[in-house]
Amino acid sequence: MIVDSSESSLKAFLKTLPAVDEVGVTSRAAMLATRSIKTSSKAWAIDTAISMVDLTTLEGADTPGKVRAICAKTVRPDATDLTVPSVGAVCVYNDMVATARAALDSIGGEAIPVAAVATAFPSGRASFAVKAQDTMDAINAGAAEIDMVIDRGAFLSGRYGEVFEEILKIKEICGDKAHLKVILETGELVTLDNVRKASYLAMLAGADFIKTSTGKVTPAATAPVVLVMLEAVRDYYNATKVRIGVKPAGGIRNTKDAIKQLVLVNEVAGSEWLDPALFRIGASALLNDLLLQRMKLRDGYYASPSYVTLD
Amino acid sequence: MSLFEYAPALESTAIVNIADKYNLFINGKFVAPKSRKYFPTINPATGKQLSMIAEAGAADVDLAVTAARNAYVKVWSKMPAAERGKYLFRIARILQERAREFAVLETLDNGKPIRESRDTDIPLVAAHFFYHAGWADKLDHAGLGSTPKPHGVVGQIIPWNFPMLMLAWKVAPALATGNTVVLKPAETTSLTALLFAEVCQQAGLPDGVVNIVTGAGATGAAIVNHPGIDKVAFTGSTDVGKLIATSIAGTKKSATLELGGKAANIVFDDAAIDEAVEGIVNGIFFNQGHVCCAGSRLLVQENIHDEVLEKLKVRMSHLRLGNPLDKNTDIGAINSEAQLAKIKELSAAGDAEGAERWSPPCEVPTDGFWFAPTIFTGVSQTHRIAREEIFGPVLSILTFRTPQEAIEKANNTPYGLSAGVWSEKGSKILWTASKLRAGVVWANTFNKFDPASPFGGYKESGWGREGGRHGLSAYLKASN
Amino acid sequence: MANTPTERIDVLKTYKLFIGGAFPRSESGRVYAVKDAKGNHLANPSLASRKDLRDAVVAARAAFNGWSGATAYNRGQILYRMAEMLEGRREQLISEICALEGVTARQAAVQVQESIDLLVWYAGWSDKISTFAGSTNPVSGPYYNFSTPEPMGVVAVFAAAKPSLLNLVGALASVIVSGNTAIVIASEKYPLPAITFAEILATSDLPAGVVNILTGSSTELAPWVASHMDIDAIDASGLTAKQLKEAQIAGAQNLKRIRVHSSIKSAPRILSFTETKTVWHPIGI
Repeated sequence: MIVDSSESSLKAFLKTLPAVDEVGVTSRAAMLATRSIKTSSKAWAIDTAISMVDLTTLEGADTPGKVRAICAKTVRPDATDLTVPSVGAVCVYNDMVATARAALDSIGGEAIPVAAVATAFPSGRASFAVKAQDTMDAINAGAAEIDMVIDRGAFLSGRYGEVFEEILKIKEICGDKAHLKVILETGELVTLDNVRKASYLAMLAGADFIKTSTGKVTPAATAPVVLVMLEAVRDYYNATKVRIGVKPAGGIRNTKDAIKQLVLVNEVAGSEWLDPALFRIGASALLNDLLLQRMKLRDGYYASPSYVTLD
Repeated sequence: MSLFEYAPALESTAIVNIADKYNLFINGKFVAPKSRKYFPTINPATGKQLSMIAEAGAADVDLAVTAARNAYVKVWSKMPAAERGKYLFRIARILQERAREFAVLETLDNGKPIRESRDTDIPLVAAHFFYHAGWADKLDHAGLGSTPKPHGVVGQIIPWNFPMLMLAWKVAPALATGNTVVLKPAETTSLTALLFAEVCQQAGLPDGVVNIVTGAGATGAAIVNHPGIDKVAFTGSTDVGKLIATSIAGTKKSATLELGGKAANIVFDDAAIDEAVEGIVNGIFFNQGHVCCAGSRLLVQENIHDEVLEKLKVRMSHLRLGNPLDKNTDIGAINSEAQLAKIKELSAAGDAEGAERWSPPCEVPTDGFWFAPTIFTGVSQTHRIAREEIFGPVLSILTFRTPQEAIEKANNTPYGLSAGVWSEKGSKILWTASKLRAGVVWANTFNKFDPASPFGGYKESGWGREGGRHGLSAYLKASN
Repeated sequence: MANTPTERIDVLKTYKLFIGGAFPRSESGRVYAVKDAKGNHLANPSLASRKDLRDAVVAARAAFNGWSGATAYNRGQILYRMAEMLEGRREQLISEICALEGVTARQAAVQVQESIDLLVWYAGWSDKISTFAGSTNPVSGPYYNFSTPEPMGVVAVFAAAKPSLLNLVGALASVIVSGNTAIVIASEKYPLPAITFAEILATSDLPAGVVNILTGSSTELAPWVASHMDIDAIDASGLTAKQLKEAQIAGAQNLKRIRVHSSIKSAPRILSFTETKTVWHPIGI
């Protein structure tokens, strides 16, 4: 792919991308949602999904106490069952990164990365200087992953060059200290054509992961949106031999939803992406449902919410 | 080997109750055939026998036609149209209630994946009865005059590829318009038609309005040639359709015929490529390609041939062939040994004539009848696999340079049932649709059916339409 | 009625309004006494106020996108389910009609039967309206041109008084079958079948707000309906000539489509509550 970051070059390139037929995508996503994942494959899927969860708390009311509780959960999701894998990452606001890192390190969670949302998350409406500082603060505090938001205002008004430049510069700041996830906020982009275009912008500018949503806007990670993003990373790999990850976030509340995501990955991008290094799920309530379903498979009867922790 | 293998997810067969033997359904009851003959019906996925089916002889057909005639004269033609409609509504509701049972039975008898019978076939069946129920007392709005009249007794012969759906396409409009029916299901797939007889009983349908006579070609001929039949409706091969047209020549019988096809699926370079690939796959591999309107010829614009082929192969490698009762199966069994032989013969012709064959690696079961999804590239118009209907999961891929060439090649066939067009340019879609000599044109989609949408072909693909307002004219004589 | 010491006392029904899928009392707290044909007290249904009407319009508008966006097949099935539910509730409606309209049980039963069959008739129209009223138009030029009927929006219905149930069902079904949502102002003299019918609507998988039913005074409510700027059309079949003229004057403010029908079983009645949209598209490579 030969394209420079000039406005005209990007616009021209984006125009060459094939259109997305929404009805066709929705119908394929609906068919894939009928896949019935049982017994051994369900057990594998649950454990895989757990290992892919970015356990998230992004509330104005977050306190050190709340963050420590989440961190304890990520290291030991089920205190009564040590075979449960630990999760993919903890995801917090950048001023909570230090607390999270310290908490994790003190309970044997050194291997679990802290991901920070940055660049004036969730709206992305601030000067670039603020966004850059936001990012640097997070990395200095120990974040190994940065989840940035694109400027949707710039995208929707056709200033693709600006969107591209911002991602490029944030990637530079990340350097080799942190991997960069780029949040497209697909709910605000609305059309699947826009999702495809924004995915390419992000990948070309250096994203390590493309992510659906901030979780603060609905609709978020719908199946058609994730399907189009998985096609994007698949096609990008075919053209460049570089694999970029995908992270759906928002609206994935239970095990059924999570398994549907894994089926999409499996049949659209390919099983190479079934790894926390290339697929994550941004969620909070999901983890407990995964644990309950895991219990049901293990014990053979339906579980109760009383047997998982509310953190 | 994928990291994520799906464990077996079998639909339970406990919901169906298959008898060892089935009789004929005549005049509201199951009666033994006067012929005293029965033949086995098997599950094509395993080769194992499911049941024995009665073989109706000429005497049995005569009984059925007589029952249908009496029911027509004494009951059905006298019944107020609204009441007739209510029977059809009842049937629709019972079909919805017993949907899962029908889906499992259809899969066992036909070999198609449970996902398709559950999510496509059976819901459409109920919808057809529901839709036509509402027409019964509105025939003065059908564009056939203010008092159109039914024919009387209609003989209906249906194929094995969508057994229950084809039954719905025939029986629902026939009944809604006031006719009575003698129906022969295909000999390899009679079980859901016989279960339908039970539904007629549960709905309280008057005796003789629907009669199901099972059997093979001879039984079908007996129906077509019976003097008590006023009208014939047939779905099946073009060869048999021509035979029927010949048989009824000079008689007062009318016929609608829904026959074969060799549809062109045209992909322009401005198509939404990923969805077009999905449409190509759906067009030829849905129902194992046992579809008269299958998109069996891919006409891809030459400048995107390689790109589309590459994506098609990747997509095909995700197709899951196997036990039709597994909810994750995409490709089920071929319906019979005979059909499998035909598919193999034509595929061998493809090889012999110089086309290049490719299938994704597939674990094909040893029992039953199976054929891996297959594509042929480098196909020319003169190849047998470009002209003859294979009726299996085999796609012939040809190219074109301009829209005019696409039209020429698409229309260059004695058939004219359906066609597909893939482009994101609206005017081109409408231009292409207007030029195609095909009764059904799918733009940016394929294999979509709805009771409100008329279906049928040009040229040797048949006579008449089924579904929609247009489909009613097959079963009515227009008035002023 | 003679009361013996051992006679079982009936649990009498309370008749409330039907708005947004729920059964609230009037926000005004008012009720009015309804007597049977012999002058005996029957019930105290709510006397709806203009604020109840206002709330009903909000509910109907909110339900419009979903209902008009549903498939015609789905709408038809729901209307058929209303017929199923009405068939099951025949006895209660027969007794209400008998008591109110002063007809015999036989006559009331016939009315209920006809109402059920009328629902089935309209249910069967749902997926045929655009076949019947739509068209492709042979314009001169390389254009594909098609016309399709679409629902108008929120329709207020004043059903004719007698026969109460039959008129209510015919007016309602002909409005909602094409995707409109409705506010029905029930007949002031014979309101009870309307509320029992609301219970049937509530158990027919009909989405909340698609139909809202108000009992009360049409004299009081008609002017508010006629002037409400978020009501698109009125079925004025149950209004007096004077009320109709007043409605036409007030309704002119937002050009309400105001219809009066005498036939309850009519395809043109369905079409009178639709708008026609025509689309052009070039044909060419």
